[in-house]
Amino acid sequence: MTTRQMLRRTGYVAFMAVVLAFFAVPMLWLASAPFDSDPGIGLRWPDWTLANWETTFNHPYALGSLVNSIVLCVVATAVTTVLATLAAYALSRVRIPGRDALLYVLLLLSSVVTGTAAMVPIFVMMFQLGLINSQYATGLVIAGGMLPAAIFILKDFVDSVPRSYEESARVFGASPTQVLLHVVLPVARPGIATILVWAFVQAWGNFLLPFLLLRDVSQQPAAVLLRTLKDEGGSANLTVIPVFSLLYAVPVVALYLFVSKRYGFRFHGGIKA
Amino acid sequence: MASRDTAGLGVGRAVAFVSPALLLIGVFLVFPALWTIYIGITDYALTGPSSVAPSVVGLDNFVEALDDALFTNALWLTVVFVLGSAVIGQNLLGFALAWLLRGARPALRRVVEGLVLLSWILPSVVVAYLWIAVLDRDGGTLGALLGSPGTAWLVEYPMASLVIFNTWRGTAFSMMLYGSALAAVPPSQLETARTVGASGWQTVRDVVFPHIRGHVLTNTLLISLWTANDFTPFLLTAGGPNHESETLPIFIYQQAIASGRLGYAAAISVLLLLVNLVVAALYLLLLRRRS
Amino acid sequence: MAGIELTGLSTVYPNGVRAVDDLDLSITDGEFFALLGPSGCGKTTLLRTIAGLEQSSSGTVLIDGADVTRLEAGRRQVAMVFQDYALFPHMTVAENIAYPLRVRRATKQARQEAAVRTSGGLGLGTLLERRPAQLSGGQQQRVALARAIAMEAEVLLLDEPLSNLDARLRLEARTFLKRLQRELGMTTVFVTHDQAEALALADRIAVMSEGRIRQVGSPKEVFQRPRDTFVANFIGSTPMNLLSAIVREGHLEVAGTRLPLPPGVQLTDDTAVTVGIRPEYLRVDGGGEGITGTVSIVENLGVTSLVTLECPDGALVGLTVPEQDEPAVGTTLTAAPEPGRLLLYDGETGVLLGS
Repeated sequence: MTTRQMLRRTGYVAFMAVVLAFFAVPMLWLASAPFDSDPGIGLRWPDWTLANWETTFNHPYALGSLVNSIVLCVVATAVTTVLATLAAYALSRVRIPGRDALLYVLLLLSSVVTGTAAMVPIFVMMFQLGLINSQYATGLVIAGGMLPAAIFILKDFVDSVPRSYEESARVFGASPTQVLLHVVLPVARPGIATILVWAFVQAWGNFLLPFLLLRDVSQQPAAVLLRTLKDEGGSANLTVIPVFSLLYAVPVVALYLFVSKRYGFRFHGGIKA
Repeated sequence: MASRDTAGLGVGRAVAFVSPALLLIGVFLVFPALWTIYIGITDYALTGPSSVAPSVVGLDNFVEALDDALFTNALWLTVVFVLGSAVIGQNLLGFALAWLLRGARPALRRVVEGLVLLSWILPSVVVAYLWIAVLDRDGGTLGALLGSPGTAWLVEYPMASLVIFNTWRGTAFSMMLYGSALAAVPPSQLETARTVGASGWQTVRDVVFPHIRGHVLTNTLLISLWTANDFTPFLLTAGGPNHESETLPIFIYQQAIASGRLGYAAAISVLLLLVNLVVAALYLLLLRRRS
Repeated sequence: MAGIELTGLSTVYPNGVRAVDDLDLSITDGEFFALLGPSGCGKTTLLRTIAGLEQSSSGTVLIDGADVTRLEAGRRQVAMVFQDYALFPHMTVAENIAYPLRVRRATKQARQEAAVRTSGGLGLGTLLERRPAQLSGGQQQRVALARAIAMEAEVLLLDEPLSNLDARLRLEARTFLKRLQRELGMTTVFVTHDQAEALALADRIAVMSEGRIRQVGSPKEVFQRPRDTFVANFIGSTPMNLLSAIVREGHLEVAGTRLPLPPGVQLTDDTAVTVGIRPEYLRVDGGGEGITGTVSIVENLGVTSLVTLECPDGALVGLTVPEQDEPAVGTTLTAAPEPGRLLLYDGETGVLLGS
């Protein structure tokens, strides 16, 4: 090995070590603090205990907020998946006048009208409609924001399903409903599952919209509650926050692992998860 | 031929299938975007007389923004944030990882990719706590590692902290995009470069870059757009101390909700929407030209 | 029982392309019928129009005497096997085969029975629980056929039935298909771009180009007496010789020699014609009037060899000879057409003369 090669090899190893540390160190807190008898802000080898978990489960709003998160996510995810599937199927298979322009506008909308840019009108609209503190309404707002991207990804997916499947079913006498139920939905299942998981993860992690629209602590999802967890003294509740962070993060990671194992991690350009 | 109605659905049923989605998009995306423009030319407020009867003030809000030191501050900080964490940070680190991981051992590759992806998929509230734990003054991990506790990184260097944080947060996207772009570079060309003795840097410049130039551009546009609209800095610094990390999204939030000046905040939102529109249109244009 | 009657059928696409152009065709009951032509000739559109997957712009489709022109696919008693077989990937072989019964809401038991009954005859009995992805190409094709048969339709349509199989399997499947069609006795229409496939399988062939039918006939008719130069060119593994000629004093002046006019053809002097003669129908016997030229290329085809003669006027003439009689390159040969095999086409329109 020449000196040059040695230097390169050393540089490579050093770079990888720094990168690994950079990405790993912040995560370690999530593994240690929930089990530490005296959880601090910083990272340290924990004095193992499960007492934090008991405190968390006894917290008046902690478990309730997880249920709120589930309600919010189920509404947003169900609406997004069902409506996006129907729309994507029709847009893929029937030439509706102005379809291509519509698809481009959808793609534009999905990236232009972000939650941040539209927070004022959305807040004002829900405020005037008296829908502040409504979980279902918040779920619909989140769904509206996810729909363009969901339609776009699903249409791509349905486009790749051979049309001969549906034609074949039609020749055998299947009605449009039967074609949809017997053939299209089962064949498109991987795509629909991807959207389902994507939408759930997006809604689960969404902070800004529930933060704006759900002011009542009993209605707030985990994302908002976690942000505002305070102990009696008013400072951050360090007993509950680590445990609750872990509880709140686990479903997201689990869903990702499930999807990448089941369907392979597909990379959809333009999709932020 | 692709235009044939192969599903036997018929235009009527197709329209019925598309309408519910369009209705929701119309109500919660298109209408708010347009309404922002209207609110932006009024003095609409959360409380007080103009909350009941807002009056149209024309372009006053926009004129005021030009004179508002806090707005120009927010604009400047957003530019710093986007350039530092997205255009430079995520782009370079993402490419470096994609390039160096190609030949890495599968185990190393899986671990690095897994960690980078994890930092991308974790919910933003959790991620914010993770970084507060790293950067906090009392017992923060970084202070402990450097052996110099007592530095409140988020207070003393708020923007630098946010840039580092967002690089950590968003590198995964660039890494994956460049990873798939690099996979499309013909191996024969890389081997040719090697047989003529090109160095690593020369190979990247002369062989790889021409292939991925389009990807670099689209990637930069996308991550810039997302970064400019990112609300996560709010969870770390809430814009403080003393507006030192108040990027545009936080500025809009503070004006609208904390100060209740909905009209003014809407006017700033219109500006953000316009920038988004320009960037997204550029992105679509590039996408279209490539296909 | 179930003949197919197409009258004045036209399909015009929004971009103005006439995929099918004022076409009349009648297919009799029980016939194995081929729609043959190059890609883009409208044969697939025609097949899909019969299936009801596509609506014609004008004209009528009659199946078994009933007008089905505006009837939806699936209500026409027409079964179809697609080029890619379109087996549903999420269903087992049995579920695929019984799918036409599921559409009609038959009981689970009736469906299972139909799957077993239909699959048995096609040698699929042991594969019923497999998924399509676990089958070979030939097996997939037979499942698709079984599913079409299970529909118990009057008419069977096949879109490029052999194109998805590799070369060796294709011959096997061809024989199998022909036997199956004989056994079922079902009116069967298939689309192909491969003339050998059409000749081997069909009772009758319609040769199409640009949305129109150029010739309808038995394989023998289409091969031996192509109605125009397009069909002559398209049919046959070795291309037919088409040589321009002039009529002089009751003879043909062609390729630098004189040949007698075929009997029964009356043509005035100076008429420009095209002489058509298949390489298989040229004989090197030494006797008779023939075309003389120098052997320029010899291609071995196995049992026979294809010899290319270069004539004094530069024309190239192909003929096949038994492989053991292969001439040496550079020798001079005279090739005479077999009696009755020489065809004359109008020099301008390309239509067969004296038919």
